[in-house]
Amino acid sequence: MRLKNKDLLGLEYLDKEEIDLILETAKPFKELFTRSVKKVPPLRGKTVVLLFYEPSTRTRISFELAAKRLSADVLNISASNSSVAKGESLIDTAKTLEAMKADFVVIRHSMAGAPQILARTISASIVNAGDGTHEHPTQGLLDMFTIWEKKGKLSGLKVAIVGDILHSRVARSNIWGLNKMGAKVYAVGPATLIPPRIEQMGVKVYYDLDEIIDELDVINILRIQIERQKENLFPSLREYNEIFGITDERLKRAKKDLLVMHPGPMNRGIEISSSVAEGPRSVITEQVTNGIAVRMAVLYLLAGGDKRGMKRQ
Amino acid sequence: MKLVIRNGRVVDPKNKIDKKADILIENEKIVKMGESSKFRPGDVTRSTITIDATGKVVTPGLIDMHTHLREPGREDEETIASGTRAAAQGGFTSICCMPNTQPVIDSVSGVKFILTTASQEGVVNVYPVGSITKGREGKELAEIGKMRIAGIVGISDDGRPVMNAQIMRRALEYAKMFNLPVISHCEDLNLSMGGVMNEGFTSTVLGLKGIPRQAEEIMVARDIALAELTDGKLHLAHVTTRGSVELIRQAKKKRIKITCETAPHYISLSEEDVRGYDTNTKINPPLRTKDDIEALCEGLADGTIDCIASDHAPHLDVEKNLEYNIAPFGIIGLETMLPLVLTNLVSKKILDLNQAIAKLTVNPANILGLDKGSLSIGSDADLTIIDLNVKKKIDNEFTSQSNNSPFIGMELKGFPVATIVGGKVVMEDGKIV
Repeated sequence: MRLKNKDLLGLEYLDKEEIDLILETAKPFKELFTRSVKKVPPLRGKTVVLLFYEPSTRTRISFELAAKRLSADVLNISASNSSVAKGESLIDTAKTLEAMKADFVVIRHSMAGAPQILARTISASIVNAGDGTHEHPTQGLLDMFTIWEKKGKLSGLKVAIVGDILHSRVARSNIWGLNKMGAKVYAVGPATLIPPRIEQMGVKVYYDLDEIIDELDVINILRIQIERQKENLFPSLREYNEIFGITDERLKRAKKDLLVMHPGPMNRGIEISSSVAEGPRSVITEQVTNGIAVRMAVLYLLAGGDKRGMKRQ
Repeated sequence: MKLVIRNGRVVDPKNKIDKKADILIENEKIVKMGESSKFRPGDVTRSTITIDATGKVVTPGLIDMHTHLREPGREDEETIASGTRAAAQGGFTSICCMPNTQPVIDSVSGVKFILTTASQEGVVNVYPVGSITKGREGKELAEIGKMRIAGIVGISDDGRPVMNAQIMRRALEYAKMFNLPVISHCEDLNLSMGGVMNEGFTSTVLGLKGIPRQAEEIMVARDIALAELTDGKLHLAHVTTRGSVELIRQAKKKRIKITCETAPHYISLSEEDVRGYDTNTKINPPLRTKDDIEALCEGLADGTIDCIASDHAPHLDVEKNLEYNIAPFGIIGLETMLPLVLTNLVSKKILDLNQAIAKLTVNPANILGLDKGSLSIGSDADLTIIDLNVKKKIDNEFTSQSNNSPFIGMELKGFPVATIVGGKVVMEDGKIV
């Protein structure tokens, strides 16, 4: 089995079998990391361009490591958003990359839909590394991989995503993916940060985490951005922390094997307390490791690889 | 010079005519209509130009009361010359141009510039709309009376609302003296701020900031209240939501002086079409939902919505070919309006042909106070000939200087085949004469 499209633009566009394939393919890649030589040859001779219009450290480095461990040549292009407005248009940049025969373009952009523009302009495989408030599919995949590895399944699990759902591409990708895999998804946050009609995506909305905390198998905590306060979306960070912050106290009623996740970077003491972040339920650092494996699987599969091929390696 | 149009089905909603007839035009006026056997000898001579309209529909010249011709200021996007040719191509003989040019048409000199340029370079009648406030800034009234004397037919800060209710009140009161319609762009800017599409499930999925329907409806409600207060003449531009239609319906029942328009794209496309992030679906107000389309159709059918206007808004490829968030709002519409109305309203039996033509002729003429929009004997010889049966796929070759249309590739049925302005054929078989 192979992926159906040349691009990974979002989890909305993948079916369950494709998600299964990516997760299963990521597993042997993760095992690779325990070896002293962490590099395999499948993308030898291929060029992966990391086109980052938005500052990002962890996602960019994760993709870079993933591509390098697959033996690809990696090119980093970062552009500040201001240069987009006054400089070269996205389409012209895309055409330049096409002319340079890039095989993959991994794009991070502050505006939703930018990867779609690339995908219909050039023949390289486009991987969405986060576009505005639309999707962040590899984050969704690595979150699912982490849950799947710990719980042995996704189907039937209860997963709460807590925080600024409105501005979160991570939330959207998680919701699409988890729903397809049969998990039950809850969106929890201030009413001002819940996007309109989100229920139609197949989630239940709660304003009070304590109502469901005892049933949850996974809690995925989103970063809250201080700028949102200036838009009057909530009155203060300390009020946010009191109502939605995840603390040991709040987790007292939770299941022992609840997984605590966070896509990072964390605001300790605001959406998550330090002791929860460091606590026994936290898998936050493992998410980082898994991110590389999942991104290797994505690049490998988009290059036309299949599961059997990887096992042979 | 004489012109006779033979054998067409003449549809003239103002005079309640829908019959086969010949029309004789002399000295830029319509002089006779009827069976040509009853014309007197000498009416049609060897020098009379004959247009055979057998199997075609002959209507009063179509009127588009909402276009952006971009001149002065953005002649790279459109000019009065190119925009009036696009109008002729689309079957329009009269158009209004909105004042949001650079500079804004907020004074007599601007109005004179439009009228002079149109008379020298245009091929259809151009009626300027002046701004409500100086510079469209929403602060001080523009010289509405002086602009009226110079030739404006309405006032509007289109593209922007007049957010200050007191200034809108004054505008409605003041313009009432001149019987000028105040054309309102209904949008609460605080609610719509940063939005690029309709707020709802699709905006949530696409991760695009939404504009709630209430941003429009709140201002529709406010303007209706102000029209009631002032007894002014209010016209609401580009109405798009079920809530707006209902508010207008109720206001009309209360006999408040209010008229409104919608645009063909609002009944042809919905927010679903934004999927794929094609910036030719980025329009303000935004494309709404299927339910809103249904409500607009009901409003068109029961007369709540008086007319259909294109909101023709040309933009260059380089401006539109950007990320959805930063591309400008607006699409061209002059050349696709009539086919869309015929395909999506008349063919689907939402409006009959007479109702549809009324919304493109006599109704806008009445709102604007123009002596146009009918085939009455003695009136200006502005006519449009339509072939209801011709099917064509819209390609990206437009007469307009811009081609920002979401309808490229769509097959439509029913196109204009001739446009006659003041007895002169300006478009025939898709070619500007």
